[in-house]
Amino acid sequence: MTQIRLTTPLTDEDVEKLRIGQRVSLNGTIYTGRDAAHKRLVELIAQGKELPFDPKGQVIYYVGPTPAKPGAVIGSAGPTTSYRMDSYAPKLYELGLKASIGKGRRSEGVINALKENKGVYFAAVGGAAALISRSIKSCKVIAYPDLGAEAIHELVVEDFPVIVVNDTLGGDLYDEGIKIYAAK
Amino acid sequence: MVWILLFYSTGKAVATIQQGGGIKIKTVNTTAITEAVARMSQEANYYLGQDVLEGFQKALDEEISVTGKEILQQLIENANIAREELVPMCQDTGYAVIFVELGQDVRIEGGDFYEAIHEGVRRGYTEGYLRKSIVSHPLERKNTGDNTPAVIHTKIVPGETLRIIIAPKGGGSENMSQIKMLKPADGIEGVKKFVIDTVRAAGPNPCPPIVVGVGIGGTFEKCAQLAKEALLRELGEKSKYPDIAKLEEELFEEINKLGIGPQGLGGKTTALAVNVEIYAAHIASLPVAVNLNCHAARHKETVF
Ligand code: SF4
Repeated sequence: MTQIRLTTPLTDEDVEKLRIGQRVSLNGTIYTGRDAAHKRLVELIAQGKELPFDPKGQVIYYVGPTPAKPGAVIGSAGPTTSYRMDSYAPKLYELGLKASIGKGRRSEGVINALKENKGVYFAAVGGAAALISRSIKSCKVIAYPDLGAEAIHELVVEDFPVIVVNDTLGGDLYDEGIKIYAAK
Repeated sequence: MVWILLFYSTGKAVATIQQGGGIKIKTVNTTAITEAVARMSQEANYYLGQDVLEGFQKALDEEISVTGKEILQQLIENANIAREELVPMCQDTGYAVIFVELGQDVRIEGGDFYEAIHEGVRRGYTEGYLRKSIVSHPLERKNTGDNTPAVIHTKIVPGETLRIIIAPKGGGSENMSQIKMLKPADGIEGVKKFVIDTVRAAGPNPCPPIVVGVGIGGTFEKCAQLAKEALLRELGEKSKYPDIAKLEEELFEEINKLGIGPQGLGGKTTALAVNVEIYAAHIASLPVAVNLNCHAARHKETVF
């Protein structure tokens, strides 16, 4: 299957042309964040304070990697289940976030936020963590080191493989997949 | 009545003492237990079982979705990288769930048995570069920093062996698990409906292809434990009860007709196996628990 190559930061045009089911290879800087980091980010937004990184045009990867072995860039780093970030994600898309990467379904609130703010949701292969790590070229903690694996890391990725699950038109690959393959 | 009971128990105790010279008591040191748990924590996370790999291969042959096939290939490649480079196959290296079968003729020496297990988890997760995923208080949510405590289930069994199984359990699939107290009148159809509804509702979240562990019967907590124990079975191993083996087969077929597929992106491979364990139930109850496990279906055991 053909792949679309994208480099961060992403523009509206980059994401508007994406459609569910397409394979994308991501390049450039992306940021990690899970439940605890999202809670802190949204608290900062509520207080009108500056965030540890500007979400405009950026991509957040929902991941809590294993510790890096000596000499390795990062440990195993596959996606975590995204719905736990659903209550926080719309705020970040409003601030210009262009994509999030995780696994599993998003809420209606997130799907609407994608339509309204021109954003997409990508899936990475859950549990393929050792394989995915190979496309991560550098890793540094930029905020909340006290959260350990849940700290915000800045990653530089090369040909990081994802699939478009929710696009800017409200499409949902999980629904479509079941429609095609459920035995009648 | 009381007198008889006392007499009976005294008789037994004496008998035991009389047999004392003949009975072999095995002694296991807690240091050996800690070492075994530390080693198994790492091995379980680096080496995916042959049964699961064979399950991937079989699914790959039968899967009709192109994306589904690609994902299964990636999972095989991922398992190979983990094995060769000694890195965790998944970043969620799990809650350390430990099953102990303690022979009644085994003596543990050298310290606290449970502490020896926790120490093994602590060492295994630290030395093996595994993720620390446990918070000490479910509401305060501060990470314990060493993946302890473990969840330990202990059974006393006849004999002089000590068996320790570790089954690291990922949160993604655990969160999609469910339990329900059905009415006896709901019968086998009610059980099937609940299992299938649980898998459908879970969709892509538990990282399909999944292993479905089902407990039927017992009390509320016994039923949940049965479902967890069902996940310890090797893939392909059927229930020893013919009617339950048939139920497993039927559930397997129906689940794989749902269309969820690898990673929930559509396809035939939603489950790699459905394992059902049963236990006696109260005349008023029909509890059913469904414990979902992801394709990172990890378990390792040591027998002393
Ligand atoms: S559900 Fe299993 S495979 Fe998926 S991320 Fe969690 S532990 Fe890994």
